[in-house]
Amino acid sequence: MTYQIHPLGDQGLCISWGNTIDIQINHLALALAEHLQQLQLPGVLDLIPAYSSLGVLFDARRLLREFPHQQPYDYMCKRVELEIQKIVEVDFSKGRSVEIPVCYDPSLAPDLERIARQSKLDTTEIIHLHSSHTYRVYMLGFLPGFPYMGTVDDRLVTPRLASPRQSVPAGSVGIAGSQTGIYPLDAPGGWNLIGRTPLRLFDPNRAEPALLRPGDQVQFTPISLSTFQKNSAAP
Amino acid sequence: MSLQILKPGLLDTIQDEGRYGYSHLGINHSGAMDRVGLAIANYLVGNSAEEAVLEIHFPAPEIRLDTPVLLALAGANFSAEVDGVSLPLHTPVLLQAGVSIKFQKKLSGTRCYLAVGGGFVLEHWLGSCSTNLATGAGGWKGRALRAGDVLALRQNTFGAQLGSDEKMRCLPWSANVSDFYPANQPIRFCPGPEYAWLDAESKSNLEKTDWQITAQSNRMGYRLKGAGLQQQHTTELVSSAVTPGTIQLLPNGQPIILMTDSQTTGGYPRIGQVIQADLPQLAQLGAGQSFPLQAVSLDTAFAALQEQTQLLRRLQTGCTLKLSAMLSTQH
Repeated sequence: MTYQIHPLGDQGLCISWGNTIDIQINHLALALAEHLQQLQLPGVLDLIPAYSSLGVLFDARRLLREFPHQQPYDYMCKRVELEIQKIVEVDFSKGRSVEIPVCYDPSLAPDLERIARQSKLDTTEIIHLHSSHTYRVYMLGFLPGFPYMGTVDDRLVTPRLASPRQSVPAGSVGIAGSQTGIYPLDAPGGWNLIGRTPLRLFDPNRAEPALLRPGDQVQFTPISLSTFQKNSAAP
Repeated sequence: MSLQILKPGLLDTIQDEGRYGYSHLGINHSGAMDRVGLAIANYLVGNSAEEAVLEIHFPAPEIRLDTPVLLALAGANFSAEVDGVSLPLHTPVLLQAGVSIKFQKKLSGTRCYLAVGGGFVLEHWLGSCSTNLATGAGGWKGRALRAGDVLALRQNTFGAQLGSDEKMRCLPWSANVSDFYPANQPIRFCPGPEYAWLDAESKSNLEKTDWQITAQSNRMGYRLKGAGLQQQHTTELVSSAVTPGTIQLLPNGQPIILMTDSQTTGGYPRIGQVIQADLPQLAQLGAGQSFPLQAVSLDTAFAALQEQTQLLRRLQTGCTLKLSAMLSTQH
């Protein structure tokens, strides 16, 4: 598959397979990230897989010290291109399956009614459409542990709010365009909110702070307001 | 052995070189905005560059020491005083237990680094002591310091250097930092992945404009105000990697430069990337100040970083020699 590599200044590079949301391309980006992670290349600080790209941040100070005769970006480009050749077969079965309980009660879903009106469906149909589908976690970003998942049924596609909310409560499940996501923390945001999960998407005290990983398969399960309240983390 | 916050400042946080290896989870780097200031403060008191320090903004805190320490301030000059006597910047200073440090006035710069010899006693979170304000983790309880906070310091023997009635003694050397913060120099950048999206006039305006830092600027990013920039493309960009220093073009035609608390991915065109060597200088600029941007090659960026690294290494060697000579003659 064709790709381009661009520098992120003297701090890193970004490998891009086009400007698209595509499962196969995303799989390739994740596979390369995992492969490079296992190699533990000297000087690599961070690997940031996204929808159709992989960011590689490097420690230029260290590369200048350890490889004084090579320009760090050129060195890292060559190294990465060598490894891209090795990713010939991508294992599609790798993502974990994760079930996320969601309460779609109107008190926790300020935008549900509007989406239903716009698509000329009733709210139970919207809830059914959102929870009867398995979503892929394409990437984490925006906030610590925030999963960008997709893609939702065409009838649920809704643009971001023109004016973002000052504060969205942690656990809120939202829709932006054809993507669905979950706010791991209280934060400002412009996604359309259709429910809330009692699960903690991000907890700094856990060994693995983020609940989800890129590549996971997520299934939402509707729960009642009383179940939500029972399972909701103490404030 | 501790340091107490009597009165908090605008934003006082514990920071080190930052947290790496977790960007794929959306966890940002955090860390000192001005890495040169961090390193200089640490070297002056005999620490390694990565030791955690206190990053201070103005209005600055009032601090009390309950133990003798070797302390140094670097970066912004907030006219520090110890019990009414001026505490010089970029100079190692021995301070007696019981003294208080106040900062009177913002003279220059935006962020001041306070390092203590031996460092603070802190727990690591994901490999770093930096405060991550978004998640409320790392540093000191994951938050900015408040009145009454007592930060434990590692054991030190600097008290033996001071006479019992001596409140403060400046050691007879200081760091010359003029090479690290050259005055009136443009902030240099390398073209980013979406630089080609700018039309010809915008590319030229990017470097001809005096960009002003707006009030909507903080540790996450600097929103700039200046000439409007135009995109040739109207394509929506799917989110991809960004990092501190990334210059993004917002839909309103104005750029934002991401800083150390920035998110890890973004969906705005990345028109440039500020070179690492110039990030400390940028970190010391504040709201209302302005600067020009200058495009440079990657080779220039690496050469500038190499030069800065060598200058810092020389400074570290000088500090180590002087400190060890002083400690050996006094004992």
